[in-house]
Amino acid sequence: MNVASRFRTLPETGDCVQFTLDGVPATAPAGVTVAAALLAHSGAWTRQTAQGAPRTAYCMMGVCFDCLVEVDGTPNTQACMTLLREGMTVRRQTGLRELNGGQRD
Amino acid sequence: MSAAAVAARGGLQVLMLDEQPQPGGQIYRSVAENRRKRGYLGQAYASGADLVDALDHPGVTLQSGATVWRLDKGPQVTWSRGGKSQTTSAAHVLLATGAQERPVPFPGWTLPGVMPAGAAQILMKTAGMLPKDAVLAGSGPLLYLIAAQMIDAGSPPQALVETQTSTQMLGASQHLPRALFGLPTLLKGLSLIAKIRKADVPRYTAASGFHATTAESGKVDFSFRAGGRDQGLTCGLLLTHQGVIPGTHITRAAGIAHHWNAAQGAFQPQYDLWGATDQPGLHVAGDGAGIGGAEAAAGELAALNILCRSGRLSSDTRNQRAARARAALFRARAIRPFLDAAYPPPAEILAPTDNTIVCRCEEVSAGAIRQAIREGAQGHRQIKTSLRCGMGPCQGRMCDATLRGLLSEGNANQPISPPRARSPIKPIALGELAALSHPQEEPA
Amino acid sequence: MYQRTPEITIIGGGLVGLSVALGLLKAGQRVCVLDGADNDARASQGNFGLIWGQGKGWDFAPYANWTMDALAAWPAFAKQLQDLSGIDVALDQSGGYEFFTDPTEFDAFEAELAQQATHLGNRARYEMLNGEELRSQMKGIGPDVVGASFSPCDGHVNPLRFLRALRCSVQAMGGHVTLGATVSAIRLQPNGGFALALANGETLQTEQVVLCAGLGAATLARDLGFITQVRPQLGELLITEKLGDRLPFLSSTIRQVDEGGVQIGGTKANAGLDDRETLPIMSKLARHAVTVFPALADVRVVRAWGALRVMSPDGYPVYAKSSLHPGAFLVTCHSGVTLAPLHASALADWIMNTSPTPDLEAFDECRFALSHAA
Repeated sequence: MNVASRFRTLPETGDCVQFTLDGVPATAPAGVTVAAALLAHSGAWTRQTAQGAPRTAYCMMGVCFDCLVEVDGTPNTQACMTLLREGMTVRRQTGLRELNGGQRD
Repeated sequence: MSAAAVAARGGLQVLMLDEQPQPGGQIYRSVAENRRKRGYLGQAYASGADLVDALDHPGVTLQSGATVWRLDKGPQVTWSRGGKSQTTSAAHVLLATGAQERPVPFPGWTLPGVMPAGAAQILMKTAGMLPKDAVLAGSGPLLYLIAAQMIDAGSPPQALVETQTSTQMLGASQHLPRALFGLPTLLKGLSLIAKIRKADVPRYTAASGFHATTAESGKVDFSFRAGGRDQGLTCGLLLTHQGVIPGTHITRAAGIAHHWNAAQGAFQPQYDLWGATDQPGLHVAGDGAGIGGAEAAAGELAALNILCRSGRLSSDTRNQRAARARAALFRARAIRPFLDAAYPPPAEILAPTDNTIVCRCEEVSAGAIRQAIREGAQGHRQIKTSLRCGMGPCQGRMCDATLRGLLSEGNANQPISPPRARSPIKPIALGELAALSHPQEEPA
Repeated sequence: MYQRTPEITIIGGGLVGLSVALGLLKAGQRVCVLDGADNDARASQGNFGLIWGQGKGWDFAPYANWTMDALAAWPAFAKQLQDLSGIDVALDQSGGYEFFTDPTEFDAFEAELAQQATHLGNRARYEMLNGEELRSQMKGIGPDVVGASFSPCDGHVNPLRFLRALRCSVQAMGGHVTLGATVSAIRLQPNGGFALALANGETLQTEQVVLCAGLGAATLARDLGFITQVRPQLGELLITEKLGDRLPFLSSTIRQVDEGGVQIGGTKANAGLDDRETLPIMSKLARHAVTVFPALADVRVVRAWGALRVMSPDGYPVYAKSSLHPGAFLVTCHSGVTLAPLHASALADWIMNTSPTPDLEAFDECRFALSHAA
């Protein structure tokens, strides 16, 4: 489902950062967390639980662990505790993580 | 921050371990970065920049992005930064890890578009993002503050849905005389409410029966009862709030004794009038010790006491220097009975309906928990082992409070022990744990 | 509380107590189980759920054979629990490994397995694999592993579901399980039978009593004239975040639960009743996991904890009948999962002295008196 962002971002002077979300290029202001960038980008789910329930970032302060995404290949990373950096690869997670190391294509 | 500055000025070497990328905690989140922007956040917030500036002292070493995950006797702190963990010993450790939002569970609270009001405030502070079309729902002064900030930023809330009843407000008025010691705070609260009225934000009171579903558009359909009838609002964001509670994960894991603060409806660590706990070398200050707000000056008191214990101040000098902070603490505490009585969380939030998810991580419902209690589970531990409630990565931060509410349902005076917390208090990779250098000798 | 005095009261509602209760109920007895408080030391809530035979009783033949009997009885037992309770305990008996990074320890364990095999005769099943053989059979084993033992009969169950299934099965068979019923003292009745004084002030009468209270049995064992003294042994564990893929092995120290998290444990320490996790052991467990299976390096630990095993003086089970007070029994062991099928069948015959009565003399507590005398 394509859901528009539930937030509007104030136009502020500053740099932009390029990253990819599920392989698709995206931009966000420099200095924001991955969670903020995802919430600015869209209002859709950013994680599905083991039982398939849709979730997005919730507490924004590292307490709830609902904002888990894969960042640069590391699964279950708290997006709200990770600053977005130029060239970051972000992937949404559905269900449980896999073991890395020789099993990723 | 204030403790670090006071301690460093007093001659101590201070290591500050902060999980966030910049100092400021949650109340003053990103305050230094916002010095010349985001003025809608208000002057009280902006004044926090002075605290950040005070950290610029040769005696203070600041490690940002540092997560403390274990405390040992010594005291000794084990912490992680950049994927690497290490242990550091100190003569004194001050735990000032702050508060978290009280969980607000109701059917649909896990859906995209439902967030704590404080989370939206964090986005305003750190990313200049404003809710497009939000309903604020719940109870407590923070609700008014956030509504006012949204109005000043040009993104007023669609509505304010308050669970507070007039009976609660009337009942709280007996605490007003005492609360007058915190008159500036009271006046500020009144001005926030005036601003909300002036902006013509629709307000519902004595609301109950919160229920959220996802509309076809992706928006949130929010239904509730108020004014004697069923109400429904559709919004982009449903921002909920029922006060804040101390974050006690680290203090419980450190073995500090805790007690139940009935007025605030939360566990808090036990400490003396300087913030010293029953564990040698461990001190607490701030909202993590007990909700008091930014003006409570407990950090300064704890630092003065640590200076005294370190032989840098006599106790007389300590007491003299503490006079201003003591007065500030008194005023901050004086207003609490009024606020706690005026804005209590409703019973249906403390013990939600059966079809509400309680443990977000493991997706365990209130109904399943009530069933386990009927089958004989008598405490957090037995519910945890039978239902996995509390076994997810948040380690009970989002569900411990609700679990307690369900256990004490129908028996409010039942003594319930604080749930046990263990290290690592935040998840740590096996490789990082394996590489931990210089662990102590293994026990004989 | 009860309309008729229960024939047998079991003190302790953990795996051992509930298994014994089930066996007695199947044999037609009237049974009630008294369990303690929420925060009592509970080995039944802190274990790996291992059904393990390799090395057991290598120097004590009766235990080697008793364990082998239990392993063979597990499949039928799991089915019985499912029929009674509706709960599937997720029995998996496809074999288990012990991994070694130290060649001396590897050789020493091989000698123990050989010795164990002499007791088991043609029931013995194990295999030793050196590092290269192991790595060629199983992808992902680390380069520092020098070898492993494998036994095809070993396995595991979901320990918490197993506990629940036992409790529900006992209740389905008409047994009463009372929680929060700590027994503080046992008095003998002049006309036979026992009076159990509860911590809440109540007194319960019972004809016979079986003490299955693990570490909680110290004073009660003395009340009944038993000499066995059990002591706590700390085992620390780590559990990780859930994984979608399965580890290709089961080991006594590394085990993936069916929900997906990986448990790492197997340490032994004497810390009295202190079950707190310790930093050196947490780090050691992590090193072990990452050495055995390097792909685990970026998997996060979400919890560490400690649990107390119930150890008899020589580590073997105790099945004792009180000679002073007929009708009182003591059952204690640290392999409550492995031995459960026998506790729920043969042990009932032993308690009631019905045939076929198993010969459990070797497990009597008089072996401790003899060692004192010698």
